[in-house]
Amino acid sequence: MRVVVTGLGVAAPTGLGTEAYWSATLAGRRAIGRVTRFDPSSYPATLAGEIKEFRAEEHLPSRLLPQTDRMTRIALVSADQAFADAGIDPGELADYDAGVITASHSGGFEFGQNELRALWSKGSRYVSAYQSFAWFYAVNSGQISIRNGLRGPSSVLVSDQAGGLDAVAQARRQIRKGTRVIISGAVDASICPWGWVAQLTSGRLSEETDPARAYLPFDDDAGGHVPGEGGALLVVEDDEHARTRGARVYGEIAGYAATIDPRPDSGRPPSLRRAIELAIADAALDAGDVDVVFADAAAVPELDRSEAEAITDVFGSRGVPVTAPKTTTGRLYSGAAPIDLAAAFLSIRDGVIPPTVGTTLSDRYDIDLVASTPRRAAVRNALVLARGQGGFNSAMVVRAPQVID
Amino acid sequence: MSADAQRQVVITGIGVTAPGGQGTKDFWDLLVNGRTATRRISFFDPSPFRSQVAAEIDFDVELSGLTPQEARRMDRAAQFAVVTTREALADSGLEFDSVDPARIGVTIGSAVGATMGLDQEYRTVSDGGRLELVDHHYAVPHLYSYLVPSSFATEVAWAVGAEGPTSVVSTGCTSGLDSLGYAADVIRDGGADIMIAGATDAPISPITMACFDAIKATTPRNDDPEHASRPFDASRNGFVLGEGAAVFVLETLAGARRRGATIYAEIAGYASRSNAFHMTGLRPDGREMAEAIRVALAGARLDPTAIDYVNAHGSGTKQNDRHETAAFKRSLGEYAYRVPISSIKSMVGHSLGAIGSIEVAASVLAMANDVVPPTANLHHPDPECDLDYVPLHAREWRTDTVLSVGSGFGGFQSALVLAAPDRVSR
Repeated sequence: MRVVVTGLGVAAPTGLGTEAYWSATLAGRRAIGRVTRFDPSSYPATLAGEIKEFRAEEHLPSRLLPQTDRMTRIALVSADQAFADAGIDPGELADYDAGVITASHSGGFEFGQNELRALWSKGSRYVSAYQSFAWFYAVNSGQISIRNGLRGPSSVLVSDQAGGLDAVAQARRQIRKGTRVIISGAVDASICPWGWVAQLTSGRLSEETDPARAYLPFDDDAGGHVPGEGGALLVVEDDEHARTRGARVYGEIAGYAATIDPRPDSGRPPSLRRAIELAIADAALDAGDVDVVFADAAAVPELDRSEAEAITDVFGSRGVPVTAPKTTTGRLYSGAAPIDLAAAFLSIRDGVIPPTVGTTLSDRYDIDLVASTPRRAAVRNALVLARGQGGFNSAMVVRAPQVID
Repeated sequence: MSADAQRQVVITGIGVTAPGGQGTKDFWDLLVNGRTATRRISFFDPSPFRSQVAAEIDFDVELSGLTPQEARRMDRAAQFAVVTTREALADSGLEFDSVDPARIGVTIGSAVGATMGLDQEYRTVSDGGRLELVDHHYAVPHLYSYLVPSSFATEVAWAVGAEGPTSVVSTGCTSGLDSLGYAADVIRDGGADIMIAGATDAPISPITMACFDAIKATTPRNDDPEHASRPFDASRNGFVLGEGAAVFVLETLAGARRRGATIYAEIAGYASRSNAFHMTGLRPDGREMAEAIRVALAGARLDPTAIDYVNAHGSGTKQNDRHETAAFKRSLGEYAYRVPISSIKSMVGHSLGAIGSIEVAASVLAMANDVVPPTANLHHPDPECDLDYVPLHAREWRTDTVLSVGSGFGGFQSALVLAAPDRVSR
């Protein structure tokens, strides 16, 4: 059974909505700047990709606002957009015909921060009645399910920054097992002092203050990443149902695999290469069929090296175009890979590969990086990579919609 | 070997870390004797809280087998996961040296991640809540691994040398069932030959007590902690928070037979549905849980009457126990009145994301021993909970098939069916 994507809902620092995000991405507009949500001057990292123009009250009923973290509000609106884009009114779906499978990185961390502060500065009686669920990792799936009446199989996966692909892969599995529609993807947002301090201990945040120089994967000056907020939700269904209802199909979830790297002191090689090979095999393709790779693009030298090596091992020296449009948004944690899936489908649709803005490719890496400007190319098959701290490697192959005469 | 044996997923190793003892044997002793492990909270001064009771584990890190370095970097929930994994692995008799690491995966369920670590570290970096701009100079180096609970799955993968698909499943209080359902699917779809699957949570911290106080979900029966968890009893007034972990070795029936492993049970059916109703509330008719049960039984190709024992969610809140009773009647029909049903939360409390896996461990042990664990503290059943909840005393009972269910915040309703591997005809 072919499992296809028929709706996209994107929320990125560079644009709210799929087309706003895509045009900004192709134009290479960067939305990285000094943190405005709090005063970052006491911290070594000061830049973020913030979503600036999102106003939840314009989209959501007021009763939802006190019980939701920012990431949940963005996720609810993105889910609405994805359903609208797919031409699906969730209220018209039969019982148990639709579910929601999201990934999360750190839950509603800002909500949790505020309640921890209430607890320790004022006392336990000041903790919100919504704390029991508003911060936890399952909240976006739960709230999307409730808002849209989705009673089918639902789930939540946490695999650091790789989870977004794991969620969409689980959506594919549930469609294959017989569920009609799954909305899947991830939105993360934890740009708050407590989230910032926790992220700083990863050792992977860029301390650069120039937005143009702060997130430069595969560059000699790579020095960590800039955190961002946002993500994407995708409407996933089986090809036959989609065509029967006359849906526009963005493309197919064709292949997937996930691995975890061995313990650092084990002496064993990292396993991203294996994830790539398995995902391509799962799509019943050869490496030569892949037209573009959306890289994880950690911008930490040893991680850039291991990713470049894995790509070169599979595709050969400069054997495939590689891009990382996330340099304009910062890393959106588990939301990053679902946005890259959206970008991959839009690349297929428009025959163009978006650029990796800012990076000057280091000559240490033998990859064909699509650097400063978009590249025209017929894209049939795209590979999206996502890695997470702790060794998570996920790889997904998406394919152009099948043309049926 | 039949094609089915390649797709049938079986449990060949069990590890449990639960209140009231160390390891699987202590856990089962507690259950069959109907003892409770609930007590007044000792981890911190509970007096400011409405609910002051929990099921705590006397977990000795020094004796746990963790190296000082491991213990230092891991939240308590991660410590439970790793220690419990080692017990499961030893129990399975698997020699990992002979298995391709890429064919071994990991799924760990957790509802609330490193809550204890985050609560404690927040106090430190905020100077007891005084600093809004928390101070990174006081952050512990491993704080990032508390931020993202997938660190639990990484620790387990590292502990066993797994390099296959690895993730945390976090679906609130059904995480422990959903983690096993997910792992079984990964094996069936060919993504791994062996999955280390289970769940862990260690939520007994001030922030958790405060958040459940705020919605009166936990019991205020502070004057009688040992009898505070009272599922299905008319006097029940909330759940008792717990902690713990259970981890299993899952593999194909074919693989287990090939290596002559002890096979505890097959994961014969599983389903999850959402109520799309309320983040914490339950629809009284139990229809989504009933649907999950129906689909799980269909997956196992079993009629309701083939179920020997039902391991209930039985949290001990007014709402849950009625919801669940309605779901059993809806899905099992008249047979709901005849099948023994019990809630081990009466003894080990409710460890949120972990409890689903701990309850599967209890279910598997019920099968192994042909004994059904009781519902402790059930003296005066709620008239609306009128099924056979095996009050107070364990019951000797031929148990070849078990239905275990869970219900969680977010609206998740899950059901898992276990069967003795020779029971399910294929």
